Amino acid sequence: MTKAIDNLQLNAEGKLKHFITIEGLGKTLLTEILDTAESFVGMTDQQIKKVPLLRGKTIVNLFFENSTRTRTTFELAAKRLSADVLSMSISTSSTSKGESLLDTIRNLEAMFVDMFVVRHGISGAAHFIARHTAPHISVINAGDGQHAHPTQAMLDMFTIRQIKKDFTALRVAIIGDILHSRVARSQIQALNTLGAAEIRVIAPKTLLPAHVETLGVNVCHNLNEGLKDIDVIIMLRLQKERMTSALLPSESEYFKCFGLTESKLKIAKPDAIVMHPGPINRGVEIESSVADGSQSVILKQVSNGIAVRMAIMSMAMQPQGGMQ
Amino acid sequence: MSNLLIKNGQIIDPANDINQIGSLYIVNGKINAIDNEPAGFKANQVIDAKNQIVCPGFIDLSTRLREPGHSRKATFKSETLAAASAGVTTMCLHPDTKPVIDTAAVAELIRELAGKANYPQIYPIAALTQKLEGTELSSMLSLKQAGCIAVGNANQPIKNLLILRRAMEYAASHDLLLMFRPNDYWLGNNGCAHEGAVATRYGLPSIPEAAETIALDQCLELAELTGCRVHFGQISCKRSVIKIHQAMKYGMDVSADVAIHQLHLTENDMVPFDSAYHVLPPLRTEADKHYLRQGLASGTLHCICSDHQPHDIDAKLGAFPETEPGISALETLLPLMLKLVTKHAITMEQGIAALSQNPARILRLESGALTPGLPADVCIFDPELEWQVNADNWKSRGVNTPFWGQTMKGRVTHTLQAGQVIHALKATVSQES
Repeated sequence: MTKAIDNLQLNAEGKLKHFITIEGLGKTLLTEILDTAESFVGMTDQQIKKVPLLRGKTIVNLFFENSTRTRTTFELAAKRLSADVLSMSISTSSTSKGESLLDTIRNLEAMFVDMFVVRHGISGAAHFIARHTAPHISVINAGDGQHAHPTQAMLDMFTIRQIKKDFTALRVAIIGDILHSRVARSQIQALNTLGAAEIRVIAPKTLLPAHVETLGVNVCHNLNEGLKDIDVIIMLRLQKERMTSALLPSESEYFKCFGLTESKLKIAKPDAIVMHPGPINRGVEIESSVADGSQSVILKQVSNGIAVRMAIMSMAMQPQGGMQ
Repeated sequence: MSNLLIKNGQIIDPANDINQIGSLYIVNGKINAIDNEPAGFKANQVIDAKNQIVCPGFIDLSTRLREPGHSRKATFKSETLAAASAGVTTMCLHPDTKPVIDTAAVAELIRELAGKANYPQIYPIAALTQKLEGTELSSMLSLKQAGCIAVGNANQPIKNLLILRRAMEYAASHDLLLMFRPNDYWLGNNGCAHEGAVATRYGLPSIPEAAETIALDQCLELAELTGCRVHFGQISCKRSVIKIHQAMKYGMDVSADVAIHQLHLTENDMVPFDSAYHVLPPLRTEADKHYLRQGLASGTLHCICSDHQPHDIDAKLGAFPETEPGISALETLLPLMLKLVTKHAITMEQGIAALSQNPARILRLESGALTPGLPADVCIFDPELEWQVNADNWKSRGVNTPFWGQTMKGRVTHTLQAGQVIHALKATVSQES
């Protein structure tokens, strides 16, 4: 799939139209997203938290998969941009009634929507919607299968930049279930685009995709070795069903090998930060004292999520006259 | 007496080692002679094949025409027209119809549908197991008597190796060929893309080569044990080619085919999430493609099949993993074969043999050659004629092809099935006396 995916995401002027994946978006554009988000951060601390950038626009959060945090921050971001927001949790029930994904989209289109924020359990779903939706509608990917979760990756980049300033000297470790993680795929693409010095993925082979090194990462199966010289530690959530599908023997053995404890944290650089896209499994992938400790920036990630999503939504609506 | 003359064409008949410009005489639906005009021959029909190639009609080992059961996707009527326009005169039909081809009645229904479509040479492949469920043997003998040419389990898994062993023993008892697409169901893990860099980047559920090679190994061992004749279908990777080569060297009576798209496309050709590229087995790597081409050139892979799978629009509208796999492939079969010749991957004779002589031998059919006395299944094509894959030039109901919109070189001008012209591209058939 070498054919450019960015043709879909950018309009003729090279501006953001859809936000489906980090792939194909250059450093300049990613930096522009981070800078735009910066301008919203100050604002969200104020008494009046709203700007009229998307006044009169209708945004539909279309969640085919459950999520509290992502949906809430998208909703807040849209409201602070003064858009009208509708959040829909579409369980698989409507698809089991025979309505196809495309039918769902067409029905909502008919209600004069300007933007879809889509989360779906199948890789490629957001891409599919962007390809088939009406030309005036923007699509933001809020996570599709194991493919991409680009807004999460951008809020992580934002958080890293806030603290570490420069990407080029950074060694970043991503630890856990890389195989099933759309977050990891998008983070890796973003970190490589922004010029991080090294990305290490640390996991047992069962939780790494085949040929993971082709993503531009170093591979390590041992946490003690992998944490050396690391500036940024990103922990991934471990789903319980990984135990029943013969990927891992038990939570306790996983925690023993790959769980981030205070003593293991000491192997990394003393000023290393600890990140997690949430929700956390305390005692499975991360010790509570680390999650709540001084090096943890997990809650910062959550609050940054609003500003970053405001930035992406307003930029994607810009060609449609959202931001003059 | 109906007499047909095809003149001035370059006659290529690999089975008889013929490659010459000349005349082909057809009398009463049978090949009569090449160049030596039969005594008292008077042509009712003359086809001038100047600058064209005249060869045996193509025999396709792997097709799905969607009837019975999925006439929304395609029908015998639509797909036999597509086949005729592609120079294909004989087709083998997989048993995963609805109902499954696991009773004589369904096999007879297929022969009947074929007759109604005026395209009699459609051979059903009988289900190896009842309902393709992989647990109980089908009535293979009755199915054979009802016209099934081989047995197979389509893409459905056999529950365990003991059942496969017994099915192969039973098939061997009735001298039935097993057509087997090697794929370990569990290792395949409901994947939709090759386990490589592309699937990793796009987070697509993936299928390793080992899903194919392990199933191939197991089936080879059981062929040795049971004496069952096996033909491996739609081979997709390098190590399979090596294993088949070794088995043949060891003296085993096995054969194999490759789907035409696997000889041209790899994972790197896939347009992101474009369901037109969703095929099973998945598009693999450059190295695999190279080995498949070599396997064809060296004779390890004997046949090229279209693996024709027409779909309705909805089947391909969705997120990639949720769409149905397969390409509507009959009509691009010849130009894509010719492209291999142009690229010097194979010779013209090899390409034609892989589409006629070799499948006929594997199926033990009295066809696939221009030998006097055989039914006149003939394909005439212009190797230089360019055409675009578009609605005007397309006959199949399924437009699901990654080659849509592309320009193809090489087109069938006439197809004869048992001496009957079942396709003529332009009015070059002239009536004489």
